[in-house]
Amino acid sequence: MTETAQTSPRSVIEVRDLVTHYGDRMILKGISMDVHADEVMVIMGGSGSGKSTLLRHLMALEHHTSGTMRILGEDIDKLSGVELVELRQKLGVAFQGGALFSSMTVGENVMLPLFEHTGLDRKTMEIMARMKLEVVSLGGFENLMPSELSGGMIKRAAFARAIVMDPKILFCDEPSAGLDPVVASALDDLILLLRDALGMTVVVVTHELESAFKIADRITILDRGEILFIGTPDELRADPSERIQNLLNRVAEDDTMDADAYLNRLTGEQPAYRPL
Amino acid sequence: MKHEVKDVGGSVVIAFEGDVDLQTSPKAREALLATVGQGKPVVVDLAKVGYIDSSGVASLVEALQTAKKGGQTLALAAVSEGALRVLKLARLDAVFAIHGSVDDAV
Amino acid sequence: MTPTDTRNPIVVTTERVGRAAVAGIEEIGMGAMMVVESFYWLIFGRREKQAVRLGAIAEQCMAIGIQAVPIIALLAATIGMMLAIQGIHTLRIFGAESRVTVGISFSVVREFAPLITGIVIAGRSGSALAARIGTMKINQEVDALYVMGINPVRFLVVPAMVAMLIMVPALTLFSDFVGLFFAGVYVNLDLGISLAAYMDQTIELLSVDDLMHGLGKSVIFSILIAVIGVVNGASVQGGAEGVGKATTRAVVQSISAIIVTDMLFAFVVTR
Repeated sequence: MTETAQTSPRSVIEVRDLVTHYGDRMILKGISMDVHADEVMVIMGGSGSGKSTLLRHLMALEHHTSGTMRILGEDIDKLSGVELVELRQKLGVAFQGGALFSSMTVGENVMLPLFEHTGLDRKTMEIMARMKLEVVSLGGFENLMPSELSGGMIKRAAFARAIVMDPKILFCDEPSAGLDPVVASALDDLILLLRDALGMTVVVVTHELESAFKIADRITILDRGEILFIGTPDELRADPSERIQNLLNRVAEDDTMDADAYLNRLTGEQPAYRPL
Repeated sequence: MKHEVKDVGGSVVIAFEGDVDLQTSPKAREALLATVGQGKPVVVDLAKVGYIDSSGVASLVEALQTAKKGGQTLALAAVSEGALRVLKLARLDAVFAIHGSVDDAV
Repeated sequence: MTPTDTRNPIVVTTERVGRAAVAGIEEIGMGAMMVVESFYWLIFGRREKQAVRLGAIAEQCMAIGIQAVPIIALLAATIGMMLAIQGIHTLRIFGAESRVTVGISFSVVREFAPLITGIVIAGRSGSALAARIGTMKINQEVDALYVMGINPVRFLVVPAMVAMLIMVPALTLFSDFVGLFFAGVYVNLDLGISLAAYMDQTIELLSVDDLMHGLGKSVIFSILIAVIGVVNGASVQGGAEGVGKATTRAVVQSISAIIVTDMLFAFVVTR
């Protein structure tokens, strides 16, 4: 690929000193990370750690305050509208709740990116959509409406839609959230299968440790908007840091408490944070 | 992407060269359907194909179906490892007759 | 609710009013942007490789326009007859019942047809638009459109807006005819003026200007309904309850906007 020539050849995503705000509040506090080609990168962290925010930025859905972000070698800030749309055709996203369009059948949902971006024959598009539905074990379900599917099926249909254009990078937001362990584990297998067969780079955001250890080539752990750890699952297990061991052993963390500030918070003398 | 059609024995061999992707697969589809339209057994030579995406595979599936309706056969030859993985993912290795080389297939 | 505020209540009230005003202006600005953006995609969509789909417009025309025909017919007929009843009742004071056609034809064509059509479409389709966009937003479907490289304004807003621009004036014209006809039927029954004579009189009275006055208003109404629906839908927060609130707000706002605009338009144009 010529487009990645200007960056390190192994990185498909490069984030440098990314700072983001939500209103006045700083969410990501200067994050730098790379995602390598053909790896499964799992992003973990508790709620409020900024992992979902990071994912939204990686999908180029939000504007950052400072820092740079390159996806497939392209600097996100320097792309025109048309170029951004072209880049997006190389990215697939499976949203947490599936985000299938409720007014369309499952097949139409999967076909939509093809319909909007390619000049393929309708017959070809239909076969492609059915093939992807077969891959996620939803063969024969294309004429159902999303409301007729179960939670696990909706997630799988969302995967089918995410990969219908054969993307280079696949983003998955909480793939196992809200699913029973068997279905969740099958989705993990699916992620690995897609990576191996289609040569995709996969970025997964999850809070499920088990799933993370199963699928990850590398794991990024975010904590309060900063990166706590990046490395392989083995390195993670061996990491001596107390915070990380607490996380692995699911020990709730106590903040070092400022008694006065706490009292003020409780009595409402000093509102901690007021949204506009 | 280029393609070449020639008669070998009683079969038509269509050989593709280059990448078959979203941009080129409509042309590949047209060529495949035209070749099937000749009414002889068809062999698709994929030896010189670098990358084939799902739109290319979809075109092969459509061509196979058309061939079967006309009582013809359509075989794939010299399928690259990458293409085979894509075929296997959708369990299409059980649907297509896949041969190591064009000579085997004819 | 909010933490107890120990400041001067006047300051607090002023701040609240100020914030509400800013929020209101922000929404109007957002609406204006939406109109500009919609026309941008409609005209330049092809250049950006995101042409607006005719199929989507047709689908919206069906949902917004064709399916509203029965209810609009019913209400237009009722309004027409109501005007005839009241007109005859009022004019009877002067013994001038036969002049009722003047009142009916101007009222229907200039005021009631556009107004009733606008209100029905606001209630039926403005709310549906707000609910649809709001639901799509909370289900991350709008995000899904963005990441697929499909502009949501082009995909969701433009078809609805164009369909409104076509169907609201068309339905207004339709309710002109229905309203006038049923008023005529009542006049015929009550005063014994033949339908043919009533029609002749109406056509003679009405000018193209009167018709355009009504239709011009309906064009403005259609944009108002679409924009208010979209802005409310797009600013939904907080799940299903938020969608409900946004839907109600969209209906109340668009009906208010329609009535106020109606008066302003009449004031400006008739002077």
